Amino acid sequence: MSDHLNFHFTVDGDNFVSAGQASVQVKKNLRELGLSPDVIRKVSIAMYEGEINMVIHAHGGTADVNVYEDRIEIILDDEGPGIKDVELALQEGYSTASDSVRSLGFGAGMGLPNMKRYSDDMRIDTTVGVGTKITMTIRL
Amino acid sequence: MKVTDLVNDLGFAPICMPDPEREIHGCYIGDLLSWVMGRAQADNLWITIMSNVNTVAVASLADVSAVLLAENVTLEESIVQTAELKGVNILSTSLSAYEAAVKLSGAL
Ligand SMILES: Nc1ncnc2c1ncn2[C@@H]1O[C@H](COP(=O)(O)OP(=O)(O)OP(=O)(O)O)[C@@H](O)[C@H]1O
Ligand SMILES: [Mg+2]
Repeated sequence: MSDHLNFHFTVDGDNFVSAGQASVQVKKNLRELGLSPDVIRKVSIAMYEGEINMVIHAHGGTADVNVYEDRIEIILDDEGPGIKDVELALQEGYSTASDSVRSLGFGAGMGLPNMKRYSDDMRIDTTVGVGTKITMTIRL
Repeated sequence: MKVTDLVNDLGFAPICMPDPEREIHGCYIGDLLSWVMGRAQADNLWITIMSNVNTVAVASLADVSAVLLAENVTLEESIVQTAELKGVNILSTSLSAYEAAVKLSGAL
């Protein structure tokens, strides 16, 4: 119900050239809103990792960034394969990335841990064969 | 020290420097993007041999002051343009990451 700004993006699957574009745009938008560099950096890192995960693991999806008075909410929604074992996926170093993706610098198994670390709250709703929705909140 | 000092004092080669006056504080070395995202600090010089379009996105989002490509690694012209547009400073050196960091450390 409360007033808030929304930035909505469609994230292209399997396109590594444009990968990260939504995050870069959000960074720009938040800068224009005059938010602190520290907040912008947290949002940028958390969102980029989630955006890249949708590209390399889920054939793309949608990203929504909602800016409220007291917080920023990032919602990443995909119809990919889902995550079988969330606890395992959250461990540093766990990755199912392919060799070709690894050769681009991805696949360290650090993305989800970074998302958890740079957000104040993270919720993962995932169903195997249906998709994954990740909601992150960063307090202002 | 400033990004321009990397060129003038340390002899690193500029590839693109849209923000030459930016200050450098500290350094992070790494090629795995999520490690860099998670562990590099804002205003670090990021030394890497990973040179593709994702390097530019990570540099911008992690808010490092510049990227130094070690070991004579090059960058495609189209990616240089992307970096220019996004305000990401990129330099190169023939030194290894270790040698470059030692040189930087003496100057910081
Ligand atoms: N949106 C998603 N859909 C399906 N699986 C996912 C998704 N996000 C993450 N995963 C699974 O969780 C694992 C861990 O993700 P994480 O981001 O931590 O590492 P990574 O993407 O493999 O490597 P890195 O992020 O370091 O480049 C992935 O390898 C993948 O198996
Ligand atoms: Mg990842």
